[in-house]
Amino acid sequence: MDWINAILQGILLGGLYALFAAGLSLIFGVMRLVNIAHGDFIVLAAFLGLTITTTLGLSPLLALILVVPVMAGIGYGLQRLVLNQTLGDDILPPLLVTFGLSVIIQNGLLEIYSADPQKISAGALETASVALPGDLNIGVLPLLMFGVAVAVIAGLQWIFYRSALGRAFRAVSDKQDIAQLMGLNKAHIFGLAMALSLAVVGLAGVFLGIRTSFDPSIGPGRLIFGFEAVIIGGLGNLWGTLIGGIILGVSQNIGAQINPGWQLLAGHIAFLIVLAVRPRGLFPRID
Amino acid sequence: MPDALLSTKALEAHYGDFQALFGISIDVQPAEVVAIIGANGAGKTTLMRSITGLIRNKPEMVVWKGRAIGALRADQVAHLGIAMVPEGRQLFQSLSVEENLMIGGQMGRKGPWTLKTVQDLFPLLQERRHVPATALSGGQQQMVAIGRALMSNPDILLFDEISLGLAPIVIKSIYEALPAIIGEGMSAIIVEQDIAKAVSVSHRVYCLQEGRVSLQGRPDELTREAISAAYFGV
Ligand SMILES: Nc1ncnc2c1ncn2[C@@H]1O[C@H](COP(=O)(O)OP(=O)(O)O)[C@@H](O)[C@H]1O
Ligand SMILES: [Mg+2]
Repeated sequence: MDWINAILQGILLGGLYALFAAGLSLIFGVMRLVNIAHGDFIVLAAFLGLTITTTLGLSPLLALILVVPVMAGIGYGLQRLVLNQTLGDDILPPLLVTFGLSVIIQNGLLEIYSADPQKISAGALETASVALPGDLNIGVLPLLMFGVAVAVIAGLQWIFYRSALGRAFRAVSDKQDIAQLMGLNKAHIFGLAMALSLAVVGLAGVFLGIRTSFDPSIGPGRLIFGFEAVIIGGLGNLWGTLIGGIILGVSQNIGAQINPGWQLLAGHIAFLIVLAVRPRGLFPRID
Repeated sequence: MPDALLSTKALEAHYGDFQALFGISIDVQPAEVVAIIGANGAGKTTLMRSITGLIRNKPEMVVWKGRAIGALRADQVAHLGIAMVPEGRQLFQSLSVEENLMIGGQMGRKGPWTLKTVQDLFPLLQERRHVPATALSGGQQQMVAIGRALMSNPDILLFDEISLGLAPIVIKSIYEALPAIIGEGMSAIIVEQDIAKAVSVSHRVYCLQEGRVSLQGRPDELTREAISAAYFGV
């Protein structure tokens, strides 16, 4: 039973990892930009959620109504004012700039919130659970987060492949010059892509903050989970990213079940095994 | 002479240190079809890229309806009603045939061209609308590229070597469709290396040679000898 429970919890955790990963995957797909500060933005969103819940007394789920648009706005502004200037034939400048951003966000958060671990309280929801047959209990909150993650992936998939915005994303990704000839301002389209990416980050950050304690230093670790989920699933495939997140979550929980110290290691090992067997991930879409 | 719809004024263009265009001045009148001919490397594509804003210049070097537009971005130029069928077709490989057409229409400029009228012009694009655009044959891809440009209901359409790499029979059918494409009131610039093809459909011809206009005039004014001299520089 413990094992089944570990696997079940791992699947639910995978939903959160997919949320870490989806925004990363989106902006890589649209503009070939790897955002090293992605994990730190997740933590920033968690602190934003914390501040809103404690100062306004809102429940964390209501706080999302503020956190998500604020993060989207930060994303759009950041892209237009800073990141667009770094994009070009050379892949190094965006890496360096987002690495710098990562350092700035971590230190800024440290200055404001100190290094103490924090947690967002979700009240009674945190302990609510549903009983499954066979003595299994799963928390309502993890279940809710997983459901939201699946909905977000489905929504992004719809935007990307069915909407006019997604058509513009794909066109700019294919051929920037020609997309401009079609009247698309790529600076604006890239801004929208980063806004969408950080909107998902807003959601992921608040969920992270409800689920576990966090402090300003944990961003890079979340970035790694996100990367691993994207790579396991295969570049450019959003449903693949969800599966990648689940594989990562399940491996971590199985590892922890064997020995509590092996949790992270087991996730990395699963990642390496997938890479060794399928270097382009399980379901790649981008060549 | 009436006011030109589009003109370039002593246009220069550079790729880094390399100068590709030296003081090009051309004009296109409303409803006029202008051919631009010239050998490979003469600067025809560079001229098209300068007009459409893919290469940015001093504002007054490109004038559209009396407005200096040389420094605008390509997407701003597109909104003014200047569309291009680029050399090599350049379809979006992640988009289906229909999506390629729709992306051309997303600026929402009003006019005769809609998904339906483009598909009526090229019925094949309706039949194969869900196929990835790059899965089509070269000639069919050229139809998509033309349809995509038409979807923005432009006031002027620039065709950059639409016959390049296509079979003669396909070229023939595309040129037969041109009058219906250009239609009433629209202007066009037709860039070709094939002199006869371009001259047959145009009101006026410019010949480029090594980044300069080497000859210009109405087709009936130009002798074959003059054209070959201007074309090959012999
Ligand atoms: N991206 C580029 N970088 C450097 N030089 C270029 C580039 N594109 C074209 N050129 C040069 O500019 C000149 C004009 O090229 P182009 O406009 O493509 O000619 P055409 O379309 O008439 O064949 C040529 O000498 C070509 O080598
Ligand atoms: Mg050319």
